[in-house]
Amino acid sequence: MEITARGLWTLIHGMGFGALYLLACSGALVELYRFTTSSEFTVGQERFLRFYLITMVVLAWASVLIGAYVVYPWYRAAPPPGTADLSMFPQRLLISSPTTIAWHSLGMEWKEHVAWLAPISITMVAFVFIKYGRDLGNHRQLRSAVLCFAAASFVSAGIAGFFGAMITRDAPVRGGHTIQLNWREEK
Amino acid sequence: MSASSNRPALANGSGAAAVLAAGIGAFALAVLACAGDKLAHVRSSLIFYEPTGPLSGVTTAAILIWLLTWVILEGRWRNKTVPAGRINGAALILLGLSFLLTFPPIADLL
Repeated sequence: MEITARGLWTLIHGMGFGALYLLACSGALVELYRFTTSSEFTVGQERFLRFYLITMVVLAWASVLIGAYVVYPWYRAAPPPGTADLSMFPQRLLISSPTTIAWHSLGMEWKEHVAWLAPISITMVAFVFIKYGRDLGNHRQLRSAVLCFAAASFVSAGIAGFFGAMITRDAPVRGGHTIQLNWREEK
Repeated sequence: MSASSNRPALANGSGAAAVLAAGIGAFALAVLACAGDKLAHVRSSLIFYEPTGPLSGVTTAAILIWLLTWVILEGRWRNKTVPAGRINGAALILLGLSFLLTFPPIADLL
């Protein structure tokens, strides 16, 4: 079993930080709603939710920064003139066919920008929650804003994740040195 | 007993500042993305890191606008009670516009 270095970074960006963030979003939405509408939470549970949101902030920023500064340059790399095999140049590979061009012109063009709404939104959500804690339940409008931005963060990460997966299906980022994963198959 | 039945212990200014700054930051990102897509000189001036292209400038500038706005609003509203309903409304409209403006078929209409 083997994986290329670029493939591994794409995996860390998408299946690591990105997918973990998406999984965490649904939990955060439920817990934020419950926390701000109930008085039954303990100090320990409040502390856990703070830690949970801070972890989400780290995941969101790590995902967009690795995406933009590590993976995206490989995606948008320009091939030397006359290159016939575009498999190492995902953007050009997608553009080269009418059946895949929209994965770039719609998918990647939207993904590369909308993804950044996730870390901006969740950073605000975490700040307001940490600042107000239980008192957030007494600020109806702030509570609504926090829940709306958390939902928007989920949606933006979902859009980015969906297009990331579809683009990788048709034009994966390839290259870099190969990492061998030893797997002894037992008969 | 519901938590919402108590009087707030903290003024809402700090939270409202964070909410509005997030809306402004998101909108700034969308506007910069549109400008970078439409105007060649803006596009070239947004290339802060060549391998990433204009995306590097769009996101870096938007983050700076977001954080700067946040610091300014936090300084002004920290201990104040502000009309959070209107501020949240504005922030959510900006956030909604950000989703629309980053969507290529809509951005292409501009």
